Amino acid sequence: MNLNQLTIKEAREGLRNKQFSSVDLTRDCLTQIKKHNSALNAFISVTEEEALMSAKKADKSIEDGTSLPLLGIPIALKDLFSTKGIKTTAASNVLRDYIPQYDATVVRKLKDAGAVIVGKTNLDAWAHGSSGENSDFGPTKNPWNKNFVPGGSSSGSAVSVASDMCLAATGTDTGGSIRLPSSFNNVVGLKPTYGRVSRYGIIAMASSLDSIGHFTKTVEDCATIFNITKGEDIYDATTLPDATEDFYKNLNKGVKRIRIGIPKEFVVSGLDPEVKLLFEKAVNTFANLGAEITEVSLPYTKYGIAAYYIIQPSEVSSNLARYDGIRYGNGRESFGDEAKRRIMLGTFTLSSGYYDAYYKKAMSVRTLIKNDFDKAFEKVEALISPVCPTYPWKLGEKINDPLKMYLSDALTVTVNIAGIPSLSVPAGFSKDKLPFGIQIMGKQLSEDLLFQIGNSFEKETNYYKQKPLLR
Amino acid sequence: MKIDVPHVAILANLKLDNKDIVKFEKQLSEILNYVEKLKEVNTEKVDATSQVTGLENILRKDETSTSLTQEEALSNTKSQKNGLLKVKAILE
Amino acid sequence: MKYKPVIGLEVHVELKTKSKMFCSCSADYFGQKPNTHTCPVCLGLPGALPVPNQQAIDWCVMIGLALNCKIANFSKFDRKNYFYPDLPKGYQISQYDQPFCQKGSITLSNRKEIGITRVHMEEDTGKLTHSGDSTLIDFNRSSVPLVEIVTDPDFENASEVVEYLKKLQQIVRYLGVSDADMEKGNMRLEPNISLKKENETTLPKFKVEVKNINSFRFVEKAIAYEIKRQEEILNEGKTPAQETRGWNETKNATVSQRSKEDAMDYRYFPEPDIPPIILKDEKILKLQSQMPELPDAKFERLQKEFSLSSYNSELITKDKETADYFEKAVEDGKKVYVPPKDIANFIINQKINPSDIVPAELIKRIVSAKQTISIGDNALDNIIKNVLAGNSKAVEDYKKGKTNAIMFLLGHVMREAKQKLDTKLVKEKLEDKLK
Repeated sequence: MNLNQLTIKEAREGLRNKQFSSVDLTRDCLTQIKKHNSALNAFISVTEEEALMSAKKADKSIEDGTSLPLLGIPIALKDLFSTKGIKTTAASNVLRDYIPQYDATVVRKLKDAGAVIVGKTNLDAWAHGSSGENSDFGPTKNPWNKNFVPGGSSSGSAVSVASDMCLAATGTDTGGSIRLPSSFNNVVGLKPTYGRVSRYGIIAMASSLDSIGHFTKTVEDCATIFNITKGEDIYDATTLPDATEDFYKNLNKGVKRIRIGIPKEFVVSGLDPEVKLLFEKAVNTFANLGAEITEVSLPYTKYGIAAYYIIQPSEVSSNLARYDGIRYGNGRESFGDEAKRRIMLGTFTLSSGYYDAYYKKAMSVRTLIKNDFDKAFEKVEALISPVCPTYPWKLGEKINDPLKMYLSDALTVTVNIAGIPSLSVPAGFSKDKLPFGIQIMGKQLSEDLLFQIGNSFEKETNYYKQKPLLR
Repeated sequence: MKIDVPHVAILANLKLDNKDIVKFEKQLSEILNYVEKLKEVNTEKVDATSQVTGLENILRKDETSTSLTQEEALSNTKSQKNGLLKVKAILE
Repeated sequence: MKYKPVIGLEVHVELKTKSKMFCSCSADYFGQKPNTHTCPVCLGLPGALPVPNQQAIDWCVMIGLALNCKIANFSKFDRKNYFYPDLPKGYQISQYDQPFCQKGSITLSNRKEIGITRVHMEEDTGKLTHSGDSTLIDFNRSSVPLVEIVTDPDFENASEVVEYLKKLQQIVRYLGVSDADMEKGNMRLEPNISLKKENETTLPKFKVEVKNINSFRFVEKAIAYEIKRQEEILNEGKTPAQETRGWNETKNATVSQRSKEDAMDYRYFPEPDIPPIILKDEKILKLQSQMPELPDAKFERLQKEFSLSSYNSELITKDKETADYFEKAVEDGKKVYVPPKDIANFIINQKINPSDIVPAELIKRIVSAKQTISIGDNALDNIIKNVLAGNSKAVEDYKKGKTNAIMFLLGHVMREAKQKLDTKLVKEKLEDKLK
């Protein structure tokens, strides 16, 4: 087995026991990238030199007896995360040559934890997309079948972990942009509670919806990364106060007597029959593990897409106003179609005469959707559902129909609207060996419970052990 | 719902050619027709949610810290002169 | 005149906080090398986020309290979206429908009450300079805290406007929150001027905003010019255009800038990056208690407490430094029975600069000056005559060239007078008599 196929837990043990060095581990990842990136297009920038330098330093620290949670572990960053001195493009021609003069808080935290950064991953430009096809640097391909989309917008990050190019990768989730690609790639993806992880330095999409998360191969690895990235930040006024938590304590507690709810609106109609089947199988798994399954109702979630596609573009239109080509980047004519579409839509919904009917209305519906979740969490401790009504679709299939593309977010957006956390875990494969994932949702600040439930499911099903055949 | 695309483009500081205008007119009205379904919802007595965190009064002390150097501040611009950013003359 | 001016004022005051409004860059930008006081936040770099300055908010509330405003218990920031090269984010963080302060008032000397519509916080933009066919931008000033004070359209002439501006400037300086110097740009104003028919009760359908006025002198000129210009148009039976005009110093006229008719759609919405500000009543009371006594109150009190004339009180309270100095001198003067009225007169007539002489020393000077005056010229001359007559040897010595002898004679004069005299004055008189 090549070292790049290890999980973070396994790699840390190996490094600690001096079975291999961080340089060895990093080299294997970089080799994997060299072998497969031209076919998969997961990376926009590969920082080989910097990575090997970091790895060498990490090896020295390990020798000195330093212990840091990610010391010497190769990870990748979605190219929305500002990295000082390293190109950060948002996968857009507007920022094609932009080099930030500062690190995002999360980047600093990961570096301080000893991580080795191997590169910046591809995405739908400005995080606008659900398929990974909207990049000005070319689409990313699904490693399980290169004719299919990997999901978006954090396409490159999901693919980089799924194809063992690195041991973890960061992402952002505004309407499903972590959960969707993780479910399409057979990896674990976490969308934390809004406000749990600092947004400072991460190119903003929709300020009240952006959640900063990550991809890993296992649930335990996911907890390891979250432990580092979470926390209050003086540079981000929307971060929640920190609390010391031990995520490993309850990791193996199982799900006996845990009350899990199934939102009926998420499973009643519009699901691909194969998706429905696999989801029912997952539900049975939970039931067999001792969980108490009930049906709940979130009636206002049927307005989720409508509310989301007003709130999000409105905030996008304002957040993208700073790109005027004066202080950095290229002019606004370099925006791609999807960005222009969302800017226009958002400008309209905020404009005079329409603000009340659109933006204000959507923000009120937001309250109703949040209330639905709050009420449900009085009855159950967690909710589960499929992440997407369908399996990954073929490249090009939905690209000319924006509305159709937006509807693939139907099961994910309401989580962002409510600001709650959701963990996406591998839950099987279609007949054509395309991955399927479920999401485990909890109330605000309940990540430890999500890890507990997710870990239990993972240990029972072992889907994560399957790897795509890369040629 | 029809959107006045040329007007919105001006507000959004985007230059669109005629092809774009026609394309966006169609796509945007489709999207707006979809989101119109929010009209079904009675939100008369409902407050808007602008902040899901419930946070209040997150403020800083009035203390200074190091700024970027002039070089760093100008490092990504394509046009500068004597430490200032340069653009085509704005007619007041 | 057939028409009556209807004038409202929008004043921006730059706060002299140490750091900027939404980041911790230094707010002291005047005269600094360009683009040396910036950071990702105030430069509008991708990914940057704003965090508000507590001190700036406290000071904004104090300004509101000084203007008798109602302070909001719930307040928030909003984004004002528009494109301009000096606005790095493409939006300004300001306040729209829930500002910190509303519905205040200030009374002018003609007893007229000017309504203060609102007082709110926002951030400043970068600075543009024009050079040939380019415009150059310095972002040092970007995100410096600004307090915007808007009045109801209650002014009817330029002198009311000037009085208001001077009062506002004085209040803000008393509070110590801004230098409010129009020439330096830390107090800026934009009057909205229109004319209505003499007996009309409704507001005119147009208003002209005038920018680029940076001194009190120009305020008068610009308002006068604008009133005349609008009058001429109305007399022709037309309506002046709703627009923004700029005061042009060289032309001595207001010049059209952009049409306010195509009013900018700012697409205001609540700032999602900043949680709301809750100001409980206790906090507001605390801020009130931290405020110094304001000019009007001090003006009244000094008259009552120290029997100053209103004229003198106005001069003494012109700036807080002088007023505080005066009261300190009054304290020192108590021990030697120097009345406040005399202290005030002395300070005013002698044009005393508080930083030149400490209050205790000032009292000493006043005392000695008074004693010289109190003995009376005639009495002093008699004493001198007697001393010279009774000390002929010393007089002879002095005339022979022994100048020290005058000190001997001075001593006798002092003993005779039985009180401390202004030695300088007495010496002069002696020298005069000994010629």
